[in-house]
Amino acid sequence: MRHTLASMKPGESAVIDSFTDHEMSLKLIEMGCTPGELIKVNNIAPMGDPIAISVSGYLLSLRINEAATVLVRPVPLT
Amino acid sequence: MSEQYSALKVALVGNPNSGKSTLFNALTGLNQKTGNFPGVTVDKKVGITRITGKTGRIGWASIVDLPGTYSLQPKSADEEVTCEVLQDTSNPDYPELIVVVVDATNLKRNLFLVTQLIELERPVIVALNMIDLAGTTANIENVKLLSERLGVPVVPVSARNQLGITDLKQLLASPVMPSLKKFTEPNVNQAIENIERYNAISVLVNDIVSKQAQHESVTFTQRLDKILTHRIWGFAIFLVVLFFIFQSIFYIAAFPMKWIEQLFIQFSVWGNMHLPKGELSELLVNGILAGLSGVVVFIPQIALLFGFIAILEDTGYMARVSFIMDKLMRKFGLNGRSVIPLMSGVACAVPAIMGARTIGNWKERLVTIMITPLMSCSARLPVYTLLISLIFPPAKHIGFFNVAGLMLMFLYLIGFVAALTVALIMKYIIRSREKSYFIMELPVYRSPRWTNVLYTIYEKVKVFLFDAGKVIVAISVILWVLSSHGPAGKFAEIEKKHEQEADSKQIVASEKLQASYAGILGKTIEPVIKPLGFDWKIGIALITSFAAREVFVGTMATIYSAGNADNTQSIREKMMTEKNPVTGEPVYSKAVGFSLMIFFAFAMQCMSTLAIVKRETKSWKWPVVQFLYMGVLAYGASFVVYHLFR
Repeated sequence: MRHTLASMKPGESAVIDSFTDHEMSLKLIEMGCTPGELIKVNNIAPMGDPIAISVSGYLLSLRINEAATVLVRPVPLT
Repeated sequence: MSEQYSALKVALVGNPNSGKSTLFNALTGLNQKTGNFPGVTVDKKVGITRITGKTGRIGWASIVDLPGTYSLQPKSADEEVTCEVLQDTSNPDYPELIVVVVDATNLKRNLFLVTQLIELERPVIVALNMIDLAGTTANIENVKLLSERLGVPVVPVSARNQLGITDLKQLLASPVMPSLKKFTEPNVNQAIENIERYNAISVLVNDIVSKQAQHESVTFTQRLDKILTHRIWGFAIFLVVLFFIFQSIFYIAAFPMKWIEQLFIQFSVWGNMHLPKGELSELLVNGILAGLSGVVVFIPQIALLFGFIAILEDTGYMARVSFIMDKLMRKFGLNGRSVIPLMSGVACAVPAIMGARTIGNWKERLVTIMITPLMSCSARLPVYTLLISLIFPPAKHIGFFNVAGLMLMFLYLIGFVAALTVALIMKYIIRSREKSYFIMELPVYRSPRWTNVLYTIYEKVKVFLFDAGKVIVAISVILWVLSSHGPAGKFAEIEKKHEQEADSKQIVASEKLQASYAGILGKTIEPVIKPLGFDWKIGIALITSFAAREVFVGTMATIYSAGNADNTQSIREKMMTEKNPVTGEPVYSKAVGFSLMIFFAFAMQCMSTLAIVKRETKSWKWPVVQFLYMGVLAYGASFVVYHLFR
């Protein structure tokens, strides 16, 4: 079972790998969430949903069910 | 003079939160108009600005402010309009020149749209905005590099600080050649094409974007967000903000409201003294002037509430409100963004319902529109105030709390609860297969731009005055006509009957009212409203206030002063002394008072709202549904309350 954005905790970073939903991916890519891009989870709304992430130099919020379509891989150790 | 040069057609495009509106306001000032794109409920703002070319020739540019969008691949009605205007040569707003506003602190994402626009092969100018926050990105060398690589002129500006505006205007006046650059190959798989576009953009900005990980404005925003969207503090702070706004509106607005009332009373006294006696003067003073006063008196409240909401939007806090409230709202079939129309509805449902346009999903937007009128609007306040003062002595307290104040809060609360309940029901009744998106940018926090706030207030008040106000004044006039005229001969009969009596003025006035058309209407509906505890006089007021709620108080004034020729005793005192002719008991008992208040809380009594709902949903079906469901709710609740307290 691969790791998705939905399962990340605040403070965690990852690199976007791919998407599981084509339509959703179009919206996300348009907003700068491209494969290879570094993202970091900043905080989670009071009821656990939606979440706020840092991507491409700005802050983006999205629902858990939207985040679940984003497959991520760990940040490479440099 | 200006007929010789037709205005240059310019389209202003850009991401949401890129400062596009600020730039539009800086360019056009008050020379702007808000309307609608034909066939869709999307705002259209057009403005004019003077441009002076290098040769000194003065011309005009007509600028269309297109809805903010992230790309030319439309995913909402807003974005579809933008695409159409930019690509359909037969569209009336098809521009000769495109100005795209770019947030310099977010260059990569903004360039996604810019590169798509350039590929349209039309003249494009990039207005690189927010240079004051962008650090080295906006250096002269970098700006030149960017311009070369894109193949279009790039003008550094700071719309908030009025920097670079003249440079931009000068550029508008000069010929701009379209760039022939391409950034990606068209691909059937849009995802791949988009990823390639971003790759091309990354290369393009590689040495331009400053190397620091993120801007300090972003870091500050993240820190503030930890508190403002905190599990517990986030909600608490939001409630405090709400409480503060509503308290301010009631207290601060009270002063200008009093002045306006006094002003209109002066006009009315002056009119009665100086205008020649007769039908026309009566119409002018008691019909039109009275109606106008009922509309104008609400402007302070409405201006204040929309002012506060505009400030919250401009600072970026509103996005956090949607963020915090989204999960809760979704339980009721609404969207985090539904909070804004619901809050605005406490001032006036008409501009509030127009604010629901920011909700992309059709079902969520429809439900928001259907329930917004249940939020107690400004017009209900005078009705509540009058009825509460009839029942509770103003100084009565339970411990620390003022009873009248508590009652008022309760009425507002019950409107909100009803709204959520109805939303929940509609969630399960209305079918929709459309996906609901939340993906939303959280803009960095910044201090509000006061001119933006003022423009917004001005626009919303205009909507209230002209859309809602027209109807209200018209209804007031009709009411006056109905209550001061009756079937032929009746009035003369009444006067004759009491000719010989000494102090007959009051009785004559009262009987005249009963005989008037308004009185006949009231008597006709009395059987229907009796179960709710209402008599025919209340009946008349209910009929007239079905067009606009605040007309209730004016109607009461008319009924009691038209029924009493001296006008000196205040409405409240007259109502309190009114006794039921059959039982001898006071008409306005606790039960009747509560029943009437609940009726006003739930009934759809606003023609202006119905008109706006029809326009926003593009069908008569929904306003009819709204009128019926609210009517049933009001009647039922009223009935229960009346019998509970008898």
